[in-house]
Amino acid sequence: MIAEVGAGALAVALALAVYGSAAAAVGGRTGRAALVESAQHAALGVFAIVTSCLLLLAWAFLSFDFSVRYVANNTNLGTPFYYRLTAVWGALEGSIVLWAWMLSLYTLIVVVRHRTSARDLYPWVLAVMLGVLAFFLLVMTVPAPVFQRLTPVPADGRGLNPLLEDSGMITHPVALYLGFTGFTVPFAFAIAALVTGRVGDAWITTTRRWTITAWYFLSLGLLIGGWWSYHVLGWGGYWAWDPVENAAFMPWLTGTAFLHSVMIQERRRMLRLWNLALVIMTFSLTLFGTFLTRSGVIASVHAFTQGSIGVFFLSFLGLVLVVALVLLAWRWEALGAQGELDSVVSRESAFLLNNVLLLAATFTVFFGTVFPLLSEAMRGVKVSVGAPFFNQVNVPLFLGLLFLMGIGPLIAWRRASLDNLKRNFLWPIAVGIAAAAVFRLVGVRSMIAVLSLTLTVFVASTITVDLVRATRARLRTGERLPGALGGLLLRHNRRYGGFAVHLGILVVAIGVTGSQAWSVQTETTLRRGESTALAGYRVRFDGLAASEESNHVKVTGTFTVANGHGAPAVLQPAKKFYPQEQSPIAYVDYRLGLREDVYLVLGDFARDGSQATIRLQVNRLVSWIWIGGIILTLGTLLALAPERQRAGAAVA
Amino acid sequence: MTRAMRWLVPLSVVPVLALLAYGFTTNPRDIPSPLVGRPAAPFTLTGFDGGPVALAALRGKVVVLNFWASWCNPSCYDEAPVLERAWRTYRERGVVVVGVDMQDTPEAARAFIQRFGLTFVNAPDSQGKVAVEYGVYGVPETFFVARDGTIRAKHVGALTDSVIRARLEQLL
Repeated sequence: MIAEVGAGALAVALALAVYGSAAAAVGGRTGRAALVESAQHAALGVFAIVTSCLLLLAWAFLSFDFSVRYVANNTNLGTPFYYRLTAVWGALEGSIVLWAWMLSLYTLIVVVRHRTSARDLYPWVLAVMLGVLAFFLLVMTVPAPVFQRLTPVPADGRGLNPLLEDSGMITHPVALYLGFTGFTVPFAFAIAALVTGRVGDAWITTTRRWTITAWYFLSLGLLIGGWWSYHVLGWGGYWAWDPVENAAFMPWLTGTAFLHSVMIQERRRMLRLWNLALVIMTFSLTLFGTFLTRSGVIASVHAFTQGSIGVFFLSFLGLVLVVALVLLAWRWEALGAQGELDSVVSRESAFLLNNVLLLAATFTVFFGTVFPLLSEAMRGVKVSVGAPFFNQVNVPLFLGLLFLMGIGPLIAWRRASLDNLKRNFLWPIAVGIAAAAVFRLVGVRSMIAVLSLTLTVFVASTITVDLVRATRARLRTGERLPGALGGLLLRHNRRYGGFAVHLGILVVAIGVTGSQAWSVQTETTLRRGESTALAGYRVRFDGLAASEESNHVKVTGTFTVANGHGAPAVLQPAKKFYPQEQSPIAYVDYRLGLREDVYLVLGDFARDGSQATIRLQVNRLVSWIWIGGIILTLGTLLALAPERQRAGAAVA
Repeated sequence: MTRAMRWLVPLSVVPVLALLAYGFTTNPRDIPSPLVGRPAAPFTLTGFDGGPVALAALRGKVVVLNFWASWCNPSCYDEAPVLERAWRTYRERGVVVVGVDMQDTPEAARAFIQRFGLTFVNAPDSQGKVAVEYGVYGVPETFFVARDGTIRAKHVGALTDSVIRARLEQLL
């Protein structure tokens, strides 16, 4: 039953979305408000239907309804309650449902928020949102039907991919998709601006919050993805430049560029064309990412099954790019700059350089990701592009971005005077040089690590200098310290939210630098009672035990880890044997710390428990990456807080 | 930019889309190389076990010369057990497998060898000279060298049991 009801409902939703998109466009063109209103009802209808379908699918999972093929493929009677819920989006078809649901939710929020505020643009925004939604509903109906009947109904299902049995699987896809789909809104506004010819700054100011929200969720999705990779996959890292990671990273890079370049447009009326191009690029890259993950065109650990879905995504990507770029070419004249770059030493040029570096990084990642395909098309050679390429090209770019992160927010608009430079950067540069000397003295050997940490200190000092100066100014007016600081943060929430996000990025940068430069590992085979040592830790193998879990057999090793001070800890890494998988799944155990993590993976073992092979890693500063994520979250919240008594003027 | 020129902007995406569309077609793994039919360039490296690895000393044997790296995932990871199996099966019939590790760190490479329990000889191409001589684009690539020292075939991408068996039976 569920299969038929769900499939039917989705077909209705598809029809509604197509109708709504057309109605909104015609309404926008002819100015007939009734049509736009009718499109709004369609948007509401689509949201209601997709929500019901999501709930229906969840119900099918919870009630083990194996008559639905998707349920039978991704769960079995042993799958615990919690993972039956996350299994809803554990594979291709369900992930598209989640995607479409978020998109329909965003469409509804657009209706509620912008129905009256952005009247000229609004019908076209609605048309684009519903159009994109219609595409995803089409995918759910034709190439990736989620509600498909399975006959005869099997007694038990195949089971969820064991790697997805993790708490990260609820947050990682949700955050990532909220980020991906979120960029649809600025894109829709950009298209609306191009269609109506209102390419001024209205669409930028209206979508500021949307862009920040989408950017934030994308950042969060990337960080949680790293955390999942770190504690589930068991290879001891959080980022591998895998095509799918790259697919999510590219829109993040262009989205970051967009967040910064809009400030120049708001302030100086420059870069109109550029901002539109960036939004189009960001949205296209989210589609490209989905295409890459779901088409199987490029080999990746994440690749879903192949099928005709790739053709659908590629066609839609082509359509989006061609339509958007034709509109851009059509409005070319209206997009000329009104402001001009006055000086190379100015905030404008710092932001421009930031954009250039971000785009260079995007291009590098794009090139590296599709190079295997290019090489195959040109020379018939299949190659794999590894982490060394991405690191070598991107590390200098990222160091440059760190530096600009210190310069950009403080340097003056238009033309920075020598006095302005001295006032803002004298101390940070002095502190940075001192820090570099200290890092060398305490024995940091890697040049990249010294540079990266020095830049981090430099940027942190610029933020401190700014905060101290602004607080002092308030104290002079007779305020007390807590009030002055609080008032400052709230009143200039956009500026200080941005600083806090920068601070979060700095903390992430420290974690990345530390883990790349100082992590150590060893691989060894231990007999029971035997110990091995690494970086001040002694690990003793105490024995193995097998246990039967609801849907797998687990072999757990017990190891005592001591580091000379404090009580020894017991780590229990395991190997999980799932009947539906050919190879066992590693279950990592670790102790996280601010300075370092002890990370233990169980490899091969003797069946009688007499010996076991382990990989022991001491990963330095990795926790800082996750802490950076928390700071970034707080910063974003501050930046999104309602603005107070502001007289229009935008503060960067 | 002139009026006509700006219409070229939308056209710029066509090659990218065409490239992506090309991805739907099959993956040819076996490709011609200018080196096929030529004598294999001699080289001497120091193996991970400390012993010398010289191609000239292997004249009279069929050599499977494999270029790999520990960061080449998943291709090299898929391929390593295949190579090891082939080495164990064919060593008595005069086949030698030689692994050349490129653009790698010694620790990561040793971990890779240990992970797959590779028993055939492996050497780091620390200066990248051998890879250049053989015109290696990326990893993995494998050259099949006949008893007379000429290169008979080149394989790009991960080897499979059937490919390696077919090549070796042809050369033995």
